[in-house]
Amino acid sequence: MQLEALVIKFQQKDERAFETLYNMYSESMHGVIYNIVRDHDIAQEVMQDVFIKAWHKADSYNSSKGRFFTWILNIARNAAIDKTRSKSFKNSSKNLNADYFVDILPTQDNLDNSTDAIGIAKFVGKLAEKCKKVIDLLYFKGYTQKEASETLDMPIGTIKTHNRNCIKELREMVLN
Amino acid sequence: MEKEKYIASGILELYVAGSLSEAENKEVYNMMLEHPEVLQEVLDIEAAIVKLTKAAAPKDKVTFNSILNKLKGTDNDTKVVKLNKPKSNWSSYTGWAAAVILGGGLLWMNNQNSTLETQITEIQIEKDFFETQIEDLNSDLADSKKIINVFRDKDIISVPLAGQAVYPEAYAKAYWNKADKTVYLDLAGLPEPPEGKVYQVWSLTLNPLTPTSLGTIDNFKGDDNKIFNLENANESQAFGITLEPEGGSVSPTLEQLYTLGVIES
Repeated sequence: MQLEALVIKFQQKDERAFETLYNMYSESMHGVIYNIVRDHDIAQEVMQDVFIKAWHKADSYNSSKGRFFTWILNIARNAAIDKTRSKSFKNSSKNLNADYFVDILPTQDNLDNSTDAIGIAKFVGKLAEKCKKVIDLLYFKGYTQKEASETLDMPIGTIKTHNRNCIKELREMVLN
Repeated sequence: MEKEKYIASGILELYVAGSLSEAENKEVYNMMLEHPEVLQEVLDIEAAIVKLTKAAAPKDKVTFNSILNKLKGTDNDTKVVKLNKPKSNWSSYTGWAAAVILGGGLLWMNNQNSTLETQITEIQIEKDFFETQIEDLNSDLADSKKIINVFRDKDIISVPLAGQAVYPEAYAKAYWNKADKTVYLDLAGLPEPPEGKVYQVWSLTLNPLTPTSLGTIDNFKGDDNKIFNLENANESQAFGITLEPEGGSVSPTLEQLYTLGVIES
């Protein structure tokens, strides 16, 4: 089924369409959320919150405003960041500023992981350090270009082209 | 060529990341509708990001059923939704609380301010009152000094006026400065004149007895020190004070002669 049709059905509260979308994107969201909260239980809790919120707020999605993946990615990042700002989370005094997604990619020692994920981890390992960081900020953390340029100490104009080159490399590695 | 440039600009990667403005999102959407290559590019970028983010997911998967169960649970029990919601609204409640505190603070300050303003007004009135008092005292003091100076003047002629038949306890004193043709009368020993009556002061020459009015004391009640001054250019030999109807009389009513004193020559 076409994605557009699937999304429309989801917006009409079709549970099977919801399940299909869930299967398409839930693991990605889990990865994004876990990268931010770095706690398995909290990540599960945020996951449930995100998809319940998506279900309730399905009407607010409009394909002319962006990809469905981007829409749910936004919900996930915001929910995870909100969680890290909550009092209970701060009390566990986690310092996440320096962490980025590369740290949580599976290693080959961990045989429980899918070979696909291990393969990707291997590819990502080959990316330049600056690529890993820009991808982390823009996709995993939801930084704006300006915030990314400040964090990476890189002119705002070059963020776009730099990111383009990084994603190009990533695509060659993971899609072929 | 246009679309290739567009693709190469890197905007589509940011589109998938969700870091574009609303207007830019709209623009990309229109480009995707117009150019299948642009749409394909977006799909490829998205697929790469989906794969990458998936690889970061922990191995303890969250099943769709757990979402569904929670969803149904919250649908049946709306209380849970209500309990959950405020958590995410924490910052907005803090905002409201801050607004209420700020509003309260402003009201309090406003109230404080008007209280202070009232106090300032009260103090201003008090200050004006004291200033008036000081002014009065100064003026009293100046009067007193003037009187003392008058009495000390070596040219002054002091004339005691004794009480007469109509009111024997009455007494008065006249201080006559011939040089500046002024007579000062100390009338503290006279009773207050009844309603409709005033004291009239007379200059007398004795042989023959000729009274000349020096004027009436119109402000007897209102004067504190009961010292009055009248002009006297006459060659007076005596002073007399009679009680006359308001406005004074042409000639003295001798039955109402209160005090009389002869000038010692």
